[in-house]
This record gives sequence, C-alpha cells and structure tokens, in this order.
Amino acid sequence: MRFGVVRFPGSCDDVDALLACERVGEAEILWHADRSLHGSDAVVIPGGFSYGDYLRVGAIARFAPVMESVARFAAEGGPVLGICNGFQVLCEAGLLPGALLPNASLRFVCRQVGVEVIDAATAWTAACSPGDVLSIPAKHQSGRYVVGPEQAEDVRVALRYVSGVNPNGSWQDVAGVVNAAGNVLGLMPHPEHAVDPLTGSVDGLRIFGSVARAAVGV
Amino acid sequence: MSSRHSELGLSDSEYELIVAKLGREPGGVELAMFSLMWSEHCAYKHSRKLLRRLPTEGPRVLLGPGENAGAIDVGGGLAVAFKVESHNHPSAVEPFQGAATGVGGILRDVFAVGARPIAVLDSLRFGELASPRSRYLLDRAVAGIGFYGNSIGVPTVGGEVYFEAAYEQNCLVNAMCLGIAEHDRLIRSAANGPGNVLVLFGALTGRDGIGGASVLASAELGEGDEAKRPSVQIGDPFAEKKLLECSLELLDQGLLASLQDLGAAGLTSSSSEMASGGGLGIDLDVDRVPLREADMEPFEIMVSESQERMLCVVEPARMKEVLAVCAKWETTATAIGTVTDTARLRVLRGEEVVGDMPVAALVDHCPLYDLDPVAPASPIYPAPPAVLRGDEAPRDVLLALLGSANLADRRPLFEQYDWLVQSRTMRRPDEADAAVLLLPGGGALGVSIDGNGRRVACDPERGAAEAVYECAANLACVGAQPEGLTNCLNFGNPEKPHIGWQLSRAVEGMATACEALGVPVVGGNVSLYNEGPEGPILPTPVVGMVGRMPDAARAGRAGWTREGDAIALIGAFAPAPAGSELAKLRGEAPAGPLPEADPDAIRDAHGTVRSAVRAGTLASAHDIAEGGLAVALAEACVLGGLGARVEPPGETIDLLFGEAPGRAFVVSGARDALGALDRAVLIGEVGGDRLVCGPIDVPVAELRAVREGGLRAAFP
Repeated sequence: MRFGVVRFPGSCDDVDALLACERVGEAEILWHADRSLHGSDAVVIPGGFSYGDYLRVGAIARFAPVMESVARFAAEGGPVLGICNGFQVLCEAGLLPGALLPNASLRFVCRQVGVEVIDAATAWTAACSPGDVLSIPAKHQSGRYVVGPEQAEDVRVALRYVSGVNPNGSWQDVAGVVNAAGNVLGLMPHPEHAVDPLTGSVDGLRIFGSVARAAVGV
Repeated sequence: MSSRHSELGLSDSEYELIVAKLGREPGGVELAMFSLMWSEHCAYKHSRKLLRRLPTEGPRVLLGPGENAGAIDVGGGLAVAFKVESHNHPSAVEPFQGAATGVGGILRDVFAVGARPIAVLDSLRFGELASPRSRYLLDRAVAGIGFYGNSIGVPTVGGEVYFEAAYEQNCLVNAMCLGIAEHDRLIRSAANGPGNVLVLFGALTGRDGIGGASVLASAELGEGDEAKRPSVQIGDPFAEKKLLECSLELLDQGLLASLQDLGAAGLTSSSSEMASGGGLGIDLDVDRVPLREADMEPFEIMVSESQERMLCVVEPARMKEVLAVCAKWETTATAIGTVTDTARLRVLRGEEVVGDMPVAALVDHCPLYDLDPVAPASPIYPAPPAVLRGDEAPRDVLLALLGSANLADRRPLFEQYDWLVQSRTMRRPDEADAAVLLLPGGGALGVSIDGNGRRVACDPERGAAEAVYECAANLACVGAQPEGLTNCLNFGNPEKPHIGWQLSRAVEGMATACEALGVPVVGGNVSLYNEGPEGPILPTPVVGMVGRMPDAARAGRAGWTREGDAIALIGAFAPAPAGSELAKLRGEAPAGPLPEADPDAIRDAHGTVRSAVRAGTLASAHDIAEGGLAVALAEACVLGGLGARVEPPGETIDLLFGEAPGRAFVVSGARDALGALDRAVLIGEVGGDRLVCGPIDVPVAELRAVREGGLRAAFP
C-alpha cells in the first residue's frame, strides 16, 4: 500500500500524515506543482493553511496542478482522504458536497473529541463498525460543516461528533462526509494525530488501516 | 527646540560621540541607523554590564548569547536552539499584530540558526480581568499568538498568564521558541568571505514597523499611543512558513555561508551585526531591495521592520542554486550587496553613497551606562482591592483562589492554540507541570516558562531566584534535568533609581540560582521602559528552561492517576504569606521579605523528584507554587479526576495557602516506594471524589467547576 501525501505551500500536518501512513504502509510527499501522483494507491490531503488561506479556506489549493490528478484519481475510484484543510480543499474542488465555515465561536479550537462512526462501508472506515467511537483531536478555525438544502439529502455522513462535543457548530454534528462512491472521505478531526500511545490515542490508525486493509483485499 | 537626534531618542552626548566616531556630522540615513543601533532595544545600554553577571558557559552549550538563539547539545547528535523574546509595546498598542509578530520574530530567531522550530511557549501579563482594556488585550493577544503559530504549523505547548493592575497599560507578551537540528546544521550569523553575495529573501520591504525599536521599544508608553500604530508590524504567517521551509532547505543543501533574520531595526541591525560578527564590511544597495511601495527613502528601507525577511551570505558560485530553492518556495530572493574587507557598512543608492560608517561604531561603540540603583523608601505598588475579608473558612479561601484569574483553568486560552502539530507533544497543557516533547530515539525534552512579578516586586533578588527554581521544579516533575535557560527581563525605566535597583537585584538573584543549579543562560532579551502613566510594571523576569529526560514513556503527570496511591510532600515546606496569591486576595500590597531559599536543599529535592519520576516510582508530581499546598492538592485532584484525603503539616491559613515556590512538591505513588524516598513525608492517600485536607472538605466536581469558571467569562 503506497500513500501519497500532498504538500501545498502552507501545509502544516503533512509530515504528521506521512508518519501516520508509514505506520500502515509506504508513503511519500506529492508536491503541489507536480501533476504526477507517482503511482500512489491512496492520496491524503493533509491539514494546514494552504497558500495561507487568507481567502476562503481551500479556495486556492483546489486550483493546484496536483489537484487535477487527484480529481481524476478519485473519479476512477482511488481512495482519497482530506483531513481538516484537506477536507476544505475537497469541498472547494467539488469532490465532496457542502462547505466549511468559520467555527460558531469564531475562535480556533484544539481539543480531543469523540467521533462516532456512522458509515463503515467506505474505503476509510472499513476497519470500524457503525457506532464505534474514536478519540481523535480536532483543531481548526473553520470546521463548521454546512450544506445547502438541495444537497442535504444526498450527503453521506461518515462520522459525527458524539453528542454534546461538537466543537464548531457543524450541521447535524457532522465531523466527516464521504462521496457517493465511498472512496473520498473528508473529516475535520485529525486521525494522523491519534496514531501513537505516547502522544494520545491510537484510534486514528483505524482510518489509515481501513484503506490499507482494503488494498490487500482482507 | 528639539533636535533631530533627540526626536530619534539619542542624547546630546551620544550624538557628539557619533560625530567623533565619524569625524563629521552624520547624514540622514546614518543618523537613523545609529539611532536604532544605539537604542536600548538593540544596544542593551542600560543592561549589558549587569548581564555579564549571568553564567553562560556549560559543557552542553553549543551557541551562547549573541547568536540569534542559544543552543545546547541534547545527545544523539541533536541540538536544541531556543530563546525567549518580548513584544510588549507593540502588543500594548495593537495586541493582535503585536503578539502575532512576536511569535513570528522568535520563530525566525530559531530557524536563523538552522533549527526547525518545534514548539512555542508564551508568558503573558495583563491588567486585572475586571478591566475592559485588559480583557481586550488578552483576547486579541491570544488570538494573535494562535493565528501565527497555528498557521505556520508550530505547536504552542505551554505558557503562563497573570493579571495584575500594574500591567494595565503596559501588558507583557513574551514568546519563547525552541527548535531542533543536527549539530553540524547549526549556522552562525557572522558574515564571511569578502566578495560573497549578500542576499535578502522573503517578504517585500514596506513602511510598516518604521522606528519600532526606538519609538516603541525604548520609551515609556503614554498618551497618544494610538498614533504609534503604524510602528507596529503586520504578520504574514504564510510568508514565514515559506521562508522557514526555504531557509531549512537552503541549509540542507549546504548553500549558505551565514544566515540572519531581520527583526528589530531591520536591514540596519541584521547587516551590521553580520558584518561585525565576521570582522568584515558590507556594501548594500537600497535600490536593489524589492519594495512594497515604490517611493521609499533610503533611510526607510534601512530601518523598515517589515516581517518575514532573512539575510544570507552566499558564495557567488552557489547563487544559481540558491535562487532555484527560493523560487521553489515562491520566495523572492535578491542580491542586495557584497561582503567586503573594509570593516565599514556602506549604504548605496545605485552609484550614490548615502551612508558610510565603521561597523564597530554602529555595533560596539554605543556607550554603556551604569545604573544608579536605590531601594525605594516606600512601596511602589498600591494595594489591590481586597476580595477576602480575612475571616473566611479555609474551604472558601481555597475556592476563591481556584476561581481567581491568576489560578483558574487556562483551557479557554490554550484551546485556541494548536498544541499537537508535529506529533511530538507528549504532555499537553494541563497534563503536567512542564510540556514534554518527544525526541527521535525515545528520549524527550521538558520545557517550561515561569515568572512571578508580584514576588519579584516584594523582593527582587529572591523573587528572581525563585523564578529559576520554580522553572527547574516544573522540569523535575516531568523527569527532566535542566540543561539551559533563556530569560526575558521585563522592567520599567532603568534610569529611575528604584527600577535600577529592581533590575540589578533581580539579575543577581537569577545568577545565584543559575549557578546553584548549574544551568547556563544561553540567550535572552531585555525589555525596559515598561511603564504607563500610572507607573512601572511589576518587575518581571521571565525564565524559560529546557531539560532532557532519557525515557519519554516515563514522563511525569501533575494529576493523581491511581486510587489508593499514597501522597507525600518532598522538599523544604516552609511557606509564607508574603507575595502570595492569598495576600493579593486579602488586599495586601506586594511587600517582602520572601522566605529564604536554601540552594542545596532545593537541588536535592529536585533531584529526588526527578529520579523518582524517571524510575517510574511516582504516579504524579506537582510543584507547590501559587496558592500553596491546598491549591496544589486541589489541582492534582481536578487534573486526575480523583479525590484525596490529606493530613497537612499544619492547618493554619498561612500554611495551607502560603507560598515558597520551587522548593517543595506534592507527589503520589505506591506507599512503600514513596516511604523509601529521601525527604518524603507521607501526608495522605488518593481516592474518593472529595478533597479532604485538614479543615477543608470539598467535592472534586466543585473544585473543577470553580476552577473552570475563572477565565470562562473573558472568552464568551
């Protein structure tokens, strides 16, 4: 299993994502200006503030050359994971429905949260069961998921904050959504920061492990 | 009539000295440059003599004071570079950008020596929380720190904040950064190789921050400070993120001969300090500096404090590669000058020479002043309003302390910071007395930042020593051995005898404590003239300390972890009410004397705790600091989610809540193992859901609720 982790100027959690992927497979950095995915079996778009995000979050990154290849890869069924800024970029790119607005508190929030698996029939949650609760940190300024009424019925919710811990005012406590085909997942919490017992929990490994397991056909 | 040089903050005698050094009157560009290089902020003219008292040498020191940041060896071929710096006056004028660019500046100091920044800590002081101005400054400064640190991907892992009326006008924002590098990757700022090219890279140069060092940092705050807002720089963390990655990649490829960040006094200080370090000269052409505004004057270009810029020296043969790396990171890079062997700094505008000065005159010849220290005859600081009458029951005193702004839960602040990016943070804020950061190979760093202005106001010498002891005590609680220290000395106007006295006594106390613990000072910063119309700030030396521990998996925690563990006191327990939070709530002015400190006993107690944490003997360790023993116990209950039953050594209010920070610890662990430790006195047991301590009996849930409430209101 070979992961490609996209690096935009302003990516912050790219190395963390790389290290997390390396716990379940091989991984390399994909440079934003390079259209090639270098034969990746799965693509991770990490957290950070791509291009500074002084404009709407993710609005510039979606135009990066590498994103053309990511969109094609996703359309062909390749597994794509967008974490935090990556989720924002996937929404801007139209690979996922909805948008991420500034937190209801208007403040950055960094906090360990409980995330319930709603849909385990996706490339990135296959190692979980519906109802499982993962302890994963969330940290963001713009994590309030919203979706227009015309799209709301089609949103496939993969992950929700457990009752009472929604850190940003997300619609229906949504923490992560998946596309109709089940191969593109975006989530605000950071599974790559929950892979080492020394720094917190290891629940995030189940996200990375899901796609690795799918790859070997278990 | 006020002359040009006095408007720029130079005295008549300083001006005459400049004329003597040049052999003529300085031109406009030259005068602007001298005014910055000879400002308090750049020349340390009222503190340099005192700072010689601080110990700066040790077997692990790799870079000492004078470099962009100090660095120590932490084993395994790795170095840790670190430094704390103030951004007080900019933050008092415009808190969001002031605090943000404070973080940006200290990050640059660390990657300027070739280290990748891995953590930020901050030390903040504001007026009382009841003041709308203080709540505004707090809210915006915290947001600014978060904005910069979060956006650039460096975690903010710890810090401290206190509220005292003396900081009402002049808040303090001190930021500390640490970074790691392989030893051979460290780089100095000294220019080398005449004929080499001077390259400016990073952001464009604009009119922002003109005169920041002289106008803002080297004079008291007063009426009309809003007019100084144009002197505050504007931060762009995205530009700095690119600059950081670009600088480290340039160093990875071995393309640079030397590197320096642009901070206070911009191109003036960076170029002259690079030249000075190498004993060389520099020719610099302002026409080649990429500008944000087309019509800038040469003096403006030389003094601009536009952020996110670096200066490097490159061998001509490597220029092409350097420009390629900068292009990859979308960072503007321009050759703006040459290293020469003239020992002069020449400023050119195209062909025209607009400044020509001996480097030594700029960097080394600013007169250094002796202070005229006199202990004040009467107290300087007024008494705060009394919150406690003095006849409250101990449980009510405990709850009042836990809910007070100085002791309440800091979660509303630190949750605005990313404390986990880079995957090293093993002990998050509120988990332990010091932050713990994983190192490659299984070891870890402990890091803490501490200061207590009210105690230094009581007794500058003992108060400053206590800051060092307490910082080391915090490291001991996680199992770390202190290896190096950085300090930021925040004081009022040193030309006033009583401030000179505070400063000189505090440096003496700090030096004594550093010597006692064997910890060298590897760098730091002095921030003077912190005064408002109401008077000076509390004297606030802030200490940041970095330590090592061999086994990250055994890093200590502050809260109880196991029902049934025994609780013990370790260290000399002789608290006193002077300078305590209790005294403040009782409405007492800060007045001494503080309890004496026995350096040998302190070193022994720290050693006992550190060894026991490392051996896995202790399930928790917490130093007894603000609020005394009862508050330390209450915090261990809240952080661990467990109660305790304790028989304290005494039941008087002074013994329960008096303070003597840095000396004693509350620890928990298996009863037999604790009993076998040196100087451990068993005082109780972990368990249940209440804290029962002599006359105190409070449910842990109530302790938690009160502690959580203290700052919540400031962040609606």
